[in-house]
Amino acid sequence: MEEIASLMHGFSVAATPFNLLLMVTGIILGVIIGVLPGLGGANGVAILLPLTFTMPPTSAIIMLSCIYWGALFGGAITSILFNIPGEPWSVATTFDGHPMARQGRADEALTAAFTSSFVGALVAVIMITFLAPLVAKFALKFGPAEFFAVFFLTFASFVGMSRGSPMKVVASMSLGFILGAIGLDQMTGTLRLTFGFTELLNGFDFLIAVIGLFGIGEILSSIEDGLKFQGAHAKLRLGAVFTTWGKLAKLWMTSVRSCLVGCWMGITPGGATPASFMSYGLAKRFSRNGDNFGKGEIEGVVAPETAAHAAGTSALLPMITLGIPGSPTAAVLLGGLMIWGLQPGPMLFVEQKEFVWGLIASMYLGNIVGLIIVLTCVPLFAAILRVPFSIIAPIILVVCAIGAYTVNNAMFDVWMMLVFGIVGYLFNRLDYPLAPLVLAIVLGDKAEEGFRQALLGSQGGLGVFFSNWLVGSIMMLGLVLLFWPVFGWLKERLAGTPSSERAS
Amino acid sequence: MRSFRSTTAALAGAAIASFTFLAPGTAQAWEPTKPVTFIIPAGTGGGADQMARFIQGVIAKHNLMSQPLVVLNKGGGAGAEGFLEVKKNAGDPHTIIITLSNLFTTPLATGVPFNWKEMTPVSMMALDQFVLWVNSSAKEKTAGEYIATVKAGDDKTMKMGGTGSKQEDQIITAALERVTAPKKFTYIPYKGGGEVATQLVGGHINSTVNNPIEAVSHWKSGALRPLCIFDGERSTYKEKVTADMAWSDIPTCKEAGVDVEYQMLRGIFMSPGVKPEETAYYVDLLKKVRETPDWKEFMEKGAFNQKSISGDEFKTWLDKAEKLHYDLMKEAGFLAPGK
Repeated sequence: MEEIASLMHGFSVAATPFNLLLMVTGIILGVIIGVLPGLGGANGVAILLPLTFTMPPTSAIIMLSCIYWGALFGGAITSILFNIPGEPWSVATTFDGHPMARQGRADEALTAAFTSSFVGALVAVIMITFLAPLVAKFALKFGPAEFFAVFFLTFASFVGMSRGSPMKVVASMSLGFILGAIGLDQMTGTLRLTFGFTELLNGFDFLIAVIGLFGIGEILSSIEDGLKFQGAHAKLRLGAVFTTWGKLAKLWMTSVRSCLVGCWMGITPGGATPASFMSYGLAKRFSRNGDNFGKGEIEGVVAPETAAHAAGTSALLPMITLGIPGSPTAAVLLGGLMIWGLQPGPMLFVEQKEFVWGLIASMYLGNIVGLIIVLTCVPLFAAILRVPFSIIAPIILVVCAIGAYTVNNAMFDVWMMLVFGIVGYLFNRLDYPLAPLVLAIVLGDKAEEGFRQALLGSQGGLGVFFSNWLVGSIMMLGLVLLFWPVFGWLKERLAGTPSSERAS
Repeated sequence: MRSFRSTTAALAGAAIASFTFLAPGTAQAWEPTKPVTFIIPAGTGGGADQMARFIQGVIAKHNLMSQPLVVLNKGGGAGAEGFLEVKKNAGDPHTIIITLSNLFTTPLATGVPFNWKEMTPVSMMALDQFVLWVNSSAKEKTAGEYIATVKAGDDKTMKMGGTGSKQEDQIITAALERVTAPKKFTYIPYKGGGEVATQLVGGHINSTVNNPIEAVSHWKSGALRPLCIFDGERSTYKEKVTADMAWSDIPTCKEAGVDVEYQMLRGIFMSPGVKPEETAYYVDLLKKVRETPDWKEFMEKGAFNQKSISGDEFKTWLDKAEKLHYDLMKEAGFLAPGK
């Protein structure tokens, strides 16, 4: 096993006291960055990049990737405690994580989230270690049609697997598509729906929508409910970590499935966001407690977190082997590689063995160090909810406003965030789901891009979406999921069951 | 003795003279008094982003500035967001911006109101090259054979991938269509150069006009083949990149019988209405950046054309380049209504 020997050598490179110190620093900085919405991993890495220029490249990438891990862990904290997802892939974590916090089970939710992300990342790293060359070749099979198929599958699984009215999901999603279309049209290079406002040139950033819809909307709802967080009565249970681990062990099926979905989406490279949503949808479909999803089901935290981190980690693989960044953070890291004099791409594995294996070894160590740090802090994080609402709400508002401002350094975005907050509140009251709206803002323009690129290539023929087994099977799966509610309805009709009985 | 004394006096006099000559100069020299914002009118990870962050890195590593340099991506509306920001901050010496071809193409294609003349040109840092690439499994070995394939095939069957729409890659494609007329390409726009190169490796498109740095790694690994470089002369980098080829071994498109030339500006601008000594500070700073060994290595890796000019010479160059873009875009029908 040549890989094992290389990996061992990698560990010897990564595990020096200096590098371990950098790991701990990186993780702590990352958690802080992840907790502040707006200051996502990409910004954090970009700000700290210049600090690393004087270090050797391997130490530098270890520190930066640890910031990345830390930010991933940190994102889960705000999603669960305050319903504010700091990154697109944390959105699905809020669905069940936040209700759990409101029931006083914040420590349980946090432990589940941290442990699941560790498991997801670990499985992905193991895959990278042994399958890197094979997997890199598979990613090359992905053209525009295949990309569209993956996004289509994500949207379809959302419509088909939703708990409420499918029509409300479609309505919410369509609104997201419209918002996502604002700004420059990548395909024709002309501006759409900007109505001459230069502020709209950039379109709506996902973060502003999410901070408003979830964070501000949540605060408005809490005010209506009587000015307090419902998680305030939570007791500090020091043994929570271990009791939660006991529950997690029983959910191994969900973990395995989520790892598969995550790794697959990471290498294809559909990315962490579709992976988290798809995994959540599947867990809901296959779980015995599927009806409780959205009300504080621990499985609803495990599924998206595992998949998102498996995908996020395996997405580093295309970056290393092909030179395409899988996320904005990866793009900044890629820029870093160039400054240290390393050329990302297929030759990196051959020419810079020490660096690549040092990086892979640091993924193992960084995750373990990260897990220990965040788990020891669980009671501390959960205790934040004990702070009175009248103190914490203004702090959250200020942090949200700063976060929205940082995205583009524009005051306009802060106003937009407040508008989204009101929209979020109204959606809550009228029982429209927010997630499809957010999903459409994040993935809408990517899906459109893939669709139009594919059609350009095929001169307008729709056959391109069924032109080989790969794209054809993903599309078929998507269509089946999309029409799932219709199948269910037909089955009822044929069986003659009154639909009112079924609905209860 | 006398002569010695007079010599010393003359020397002392000369020294005093040079001091008095220098003194007003040092008193007037301007330096930033607060952190300088470095705007990138593009997203993270692209060529402009890489270069800007590299400049930031070199300045930090060699302590070339007393104040920090803060890099900021403002890529909205094909870069319009960043350019409008600089235009708005008239007289502000603490904002600089790196440019790419969207300095010319964005206002022409989208109609967003800005022009390079509404900013202050500082220096040209380098010119980025464009190379015609095909997958190494393609049967075409030269640019001539490539054009022959396009001409012999059905219309629009050759798929050319590129970064963005109505930007440099599509402009080069339009210029190539002059040679392949009446046959046209199908141009497929992607978000970034790295993605374009990967799509070519995967065989989803037939050719690209990637910048050297975007495709070099795939060239080294044997997945891609360069056919010709869109410059008037061959590259000056003679060190072997693959086993048997260096950048200088790639023929120019012109010598291969395809008369198309295009290079992309990598230059630095600042806000309009700044004082000459403020501009002089940045001209000098960027000169120091270009003199570092790190910069030379970076240039070689990306096979850049190391042309760099400032002042009036730069303005004349910009004038010509703007005219060239206008003509090419007009011919291709890329202009926004009213341009």
